[in-house]
Amino acid sequence: MSSPEHAISTEGDERSRRLAELSFQPTGQRHGFLRGSAQSLRDVWSYRELLSLLVKRELKARYKDSTLGFLWSLLRPLAQLLIYYVALGKFLGAERAIPDYAIFVFTGLTAWALFSEIVASGTGSIVANAGLVKKIYLPREVFPLSVVGSALFNFIVQIVILVLATFIAGAPPTGTRLLYFPLGALVLLVYGMALAFLLSAMNVYLRDIQYLVEIMLMVLFWTTPIVYSWEQAHKQLGSGFAGHLYDANPLTSAVLAFQRAFWVAGSGTEGPPHLAVTLGWQLLAGVALLWACQRVFARLQANFAQEL
Amino acid sequence: MVAGTAVVRLSGVSKRFVIRKEKSLKERIVNFGRSNLHKEEFWALRDIDLEIESASTVGLIGPNGSGKSTLLSLIGGIIQPTTGVVTRRGRLAALLELGAGFHPDLTGRENVYLNASILGLSKAQTDHHFDAIVDFSGIEPFIDTQVKFYSSGMYVRLAFAVAVHVDPDVLLVDEVLAVGDEPFQRKCMDRIHTFQSEGRTIVLVSHSLDQVAELCDRALVLERGQIQVDGEPRDALRHLRADFEATREEERERERDRDAAEVRTSRARVVRVDVLDTAGQPLKATKPGEDVSIRVRVEATDRLEDWILGVGIDSPLGHVVYGTNTRLLGVPMPPLLGEGVFEVRLPHLWLGEGQYSVHGAIAEGSGVQVHRLIDAATFSVESDGHSIGYLHTQPEVRFG
Repeated sequence: MSSPEHAISTEGDERSRRLAELSFQPTGQRHGFLRGSAQSLRDVWSYRELLSLLVKRELKARYKDSTLGFLWSLLRPLAQLLIYYVALGKFLGAERAIPDYAIFVFTGLTAWALFSEIVASGTGSIVANAGLVKKIYLPREVFPLSVVGSALFNFIVQIVILVLATFIAGAPPTGTRLLYFPLGALVLLVYGMALAFLLSAMNVYLRDIQYLVEIMLMVLFWTTPIVYSWEQAHKQLGSGFAGHLYDANPLTSAVLAFQRAFWVAGSGTEGPPHLAVTLGWQLLAGVALLWACQRVFARLQANFAQEL
Repeated sequence: MVAGTAVVRLSGVSKRFVIRKEKSLKERIVNFGRSNLHKEEFWALRDIDLEIESASTVGLIGPNGSGKSTLLSLIGGIIQPTTGVVTRRGRLAALLELGAGFHPDLTGRENVYLNASILGLSKAQTDHHFDAIVDFSGIEPFIDTQVKFYSSGMYVRLAFAVAVHVDPDVLLVDEVLAVGDEPFQRKCMDRIHTFQSEGRTIVLVSHSLDQVAELCDRALVLERGQIQVDGEPRDALRHLRADFEATREEERERERDRDAAEVRTSRARVVRVDVLDTAGQPLKATKPGEDVSIRVRVEATDRLEDWILGVGIDSPLGHVVYGTNTRLLGVPMPPLLGEGVFEVRLPHLWLGEGQYSVHGAIAEGSGVQVHRLIDAATFSVESDGHSIGYLHTQPEVRFG
């Protein structure tokens, strides 16, 4: 049997010459700690177009065959709002202690939805994209990150509804109070992403993680002042260790920041002192955590393809 | 051309897979400390040193589970070696699965952009190639339909069309060349040839040995994670075919043992078949155009009055390359009782290079088969490597 005689064109020559000038690169991701981080960032940056396509894919595919389509992403939080408003606000009387309870709950739910969607969908993101992970080399960070992208989209939609609602309630947020919003959102994003990286990688090795995450999120939801107020919680916890522990939760601070920004009726209510400073520290700690989680992710991702 | 520009380099690469039998948290905790009992290790690849040069087409062949796909995944950076280093340069595209990343709910158009992006094309580049991709796939009327409504043929056509429009220096291909109907397959092959003429490097895994012979200028035979042969596809294929033959021989032995009881009850059987050269000596290898004889030893417990003797040459895949019998030849056979030996001479057997097996058969005068001994003997044909296929001749090229 013969080997074909390829006529190597001048194009082939040029390719050869160009390749000869390139230096050899190890395949996959590198493990170096600091250099590895920079490399990961560069990798993800070079795949930013794919990232935006993956986000679009997620959003488009989600409601593709439904008649109402995109409207469903609005109806879910609205139903949630209605349930908490009626059940807790009216029946349990939370409305009496918390002014403008509907706005209060929706503010907390909006903040919470961003975090929980990133963590819950992020955890499953690598396993859900097993087909791609096993067959093509991509910086695997794009999968949890694409979840962050679609969560952000839903988040923005909810924020728009929230702002409209504040206008309807006759107390639109104005002035410097709005500065709390980006700070709170950043804290949610950073911690959400950190957990998404860590948990999505661990979930590849241990599928129990995704069920653990569901429970963990449920607990976190109720340890964060979303449906009850910070004041109510602190009345029970006191200002001792329990109280401080409660305040140390970055989710608490983030949700409180959202309430400071959008819940105008709650201006007079009590809150933790120096919220902005706390948020700043938590943000810094969150960035460090994000970095550490990404390094763990980078280390674990080497064996993704064979574990899936 | 500029010779010897390596694009992929593997040094001392081994890959170990650990198969854990437990996956859940509970099992891990329960078995903690004894976890070694609950996992199995095996080395998919052992100490591979390999350099692949620019503009070459390398075929990875070997039996199932020999580590071909693992090697390809290592080069592609999809998995990391346990020991050793894999380095490469230039742009790489991996076609390990067609349509990886296709989302069933998205339209063909959306999937083209997504898949192209996964393979490393920018949006602008995809825009530029979009018409060519759709044209190549030949499914233009359905491009705005969700791909879940596509037939499997349309699906792979579109996926392949995207894949061949990326601009890689190194292309990794895993068993995906045989897609679509025949005209489309030919189109794919043409495209691969174009890639070769453009000086791109192609590394492909294939079970189609003919394809490897046709496309590659170098072939690696992998067996149990090690490179057994590295060189001309002709030598590699010969080695692999011989190996496959040995495996089949073992299976045949077992089968024969099993069938032995049954065969004896029939009235006549083919006892053995030998391939002989002109001198009447058993023959293992020959050259095209040589005379070959097939000697068949038959045994009849009942007297056979009117019967037919048949012989034939089969390819390793079981295709009949040549076959004849005494009915077709118009030779009446004498009545047979007890043992008989017959020889069919095949002068000037212009067979192409390859491994062949021989069968012998007995049938009644009505044509009903009494017994057939398949894979009764094997021989190989070695030639100059000027051609492929079952037939050999002496071609000349003339000008004008």
